[in-house]
Amino acid sequence: MTHYLEFEKPLAEIEGKAEELRALARRSEGMDVEKEAKALDDKARVMLRDLYSGLTPWRKTQVARHPDRPHCVDYIEALFTDWTPLAGDRNFADDTAVMGGLARLNDRPVMVLGHEKGSDTQSRLERNFGMARPEGYRKAIRLMDMADRFGLPVVTLIDTPGAYPGKGAEERGQSEAIARATQKCLQIGVPLVSVVIGEGGSGGAVALATGNRVAMLEHAIYSVISPEGCASILWKDADKMREAAEALRLTAQDLQQLGVIDRIISEPVGGAHRDKARTMQSVGRALQRMLDDLDGMDRAALVADRRRKYVEMGAQGLAA
Amino acid sequence: MNWISNYVRPKINSLFSRREVPENLWTKCDNCGTMLFHRELAENLNVCATCDHHMQLAPRARLTALFDGGVFVEVPVPAPTQDPLHFRDQKRYPDRLRQAQKATGEPEAMLVAEGEIGRTPIVAAAQDFSFMAGSMGMYVGNAILAAAERAVALQRPLILFSAAGGARMQEGILSLMQMPRTTVAVEMLKEAGLPYIVVLTHPTTGGVTASYAMLGDVQIAEPGALICFAGPRVIEQTIREKLPEGFQRAEYLLDHGMLDRVTHRLKLREELIGVTRLLLGLPPAIMGDLPAPAAEAPSAALTPPKGGDVRG
Repeated sequence: MTHYLEFEKPLAEIEGKAEELRALARRSEGMDVEKEAKALDDKARVMLRDLYSGLTPWRKTQVARHPDRPHCVDYIEALFTDWTPLAGDRNFADDTAVMGGLARLNDRPVMVLGHEKGSDTQSRLERNFGMARPEGYRKAIRLMDMADRFGLPVVTLIDTPGAYPGKGAEERGQSEAIARATQKCLQIGVPLVSVVIGEGGSGGAVALATGNRVAMLEHAIYSVISPEGCASILWKDADKMREAAEALRLTAQDLQQLGVIDRIISEPVGGAHRDKARTMQSVGRALQRMLDDLDGMDRAALVADRRRKYVEMGAQGLAA
Repeated sequence: MNWISNYVRPKINSLFSRREVPENLWTKCDNCGTMLFHRELAENLNVCATCDHHMQLAPRARLTALFDGGVFVEVPVPAPTQDPLHFRDQKRYPDRLRQAQKATGEPEAMLVAEGEIGRTPIVAAAQDFSFMAGSMGMYVGNAILAAAERAVALQRPLILFSAAGGARMQEGILSLMQMPRTTVAVEMLKEAGLPYIVVLTHPTTGGVTASYAMLGDVQIAEPGALICFAGPRVIEQTIREKLPEGFQRAEYLLDHGMLDRVTHRLKLREELIGVTRLLLGLPPAIMGDLPAPAAEAPSAALTPPKGGDVRG
């Protein structure tokens, strides 16, 4: 079952009609509808291309949050071998909203970290919809330290609505955990490369995404606050999320122009979820390229590279 | 640009500064409702004499109270790109900025200065909640970097007073990027072996708490200060239950191991002098009313930038 987004409704109609025609033909023998169905397919293909060639920031937000969009687990399965998950912060609990473990990327041992939102009701609840608690960030800190000691590059996959705004999370020092994770990202003497695969939600994303190189998928978003949150604060009306999404400049294209990210990874027509295999391939290639970029840099150079990147950030604004 | 380093004479300052001229001679304590006479309230550093409630204190007043004889030299903060996103909500961002500048008489939400406390040379930075909720954008990032660079250049500790609603939404992703950016500043201090002391004041929330405000060597908060990542309202909406009294207040964080101390504002200066001197391995300070250092004392180690003027 394809899940259609609200702006894809006209597309759903056409694709539905084609499907219906074919079903009808299967039931009544001798009826030839293939020509009509094909025409509808073509129409749908053109419509999909048109819809996705000019996505507004709010539509991109919806695509970035698409329930069928490939998540961290999918990338780990497709791109890495010898995946060995490692759990726990050695202090309080294991937070499954953050995945972490050892693996190989094209045979090279790496440490993988990423937010996982879950893909059905049960896994979503288990993963807390990808909203990490302090334990998740402290696990990430522990694993980054380990990677640092053993000289393993760190690969992070970013996909979170934000850090979890809960009572226990606050009690156990959510802010401190995020601050320390960001600090750890800046300290480690190994390459750190990140890809925003879906939603880069505020501080909860930064804590894992302060890398030497940061890439974003074409329709991913990365923002200081969700469009809904921004709308309710600045417009005093949560329904103004379209305007807020526009104003926040949260698309990969804007972020590249602002010098916040280094590269954009293109998605298949219709978004990452319509051709997962191809998306995986593109992300795998981008990860490899970003790691290649950092090859030969020693510990001090890697740390200095990261510091320079963030100190210089924001020197230029967007063109008027 | 009027951020250029100034030699501040607090008395002259208090005569002219907009915010120090009370429209009303009486202020009502927002906690207990007592009417407080403005002069007494200012002498008490905006702490209610009846219930000890700590009200907001603007950076200039705070630094004046902190430094010996109220004398400090402003550290220049490089001006960032104005309105990098051309942000517009119901108002244009540059208009909001101008409005805040007019209301506070300050260029932005953070003031950086160098001077002496108990004859101990330090660099200090104070965030201004009355300036767009103290929100952290490029300017605040620049200010913290400038403060850290100055502290490293002079080999002095940095004392930072935080107060913010979080990141400045009008600068979008660039405000978010101040989290790693200011963390680089903290790293610079750490690497130079210099103490970094954070005083969290009411309120310190969001991306500010989740970056430089939680990374101090010593973490001190003012009584009753709200300190959190997610605000109580957001949490109540998420978990759909009422939060207990005192949740996310300074005392609560102290109980949960997130702070070293909660200190009354009127005792803060003494404590900061003590802690700083302990960390620096200096003998105890001679306490008492210290006269202002000689005019060249605080500026001995620096060449004053050109065009400096006395701020009125």
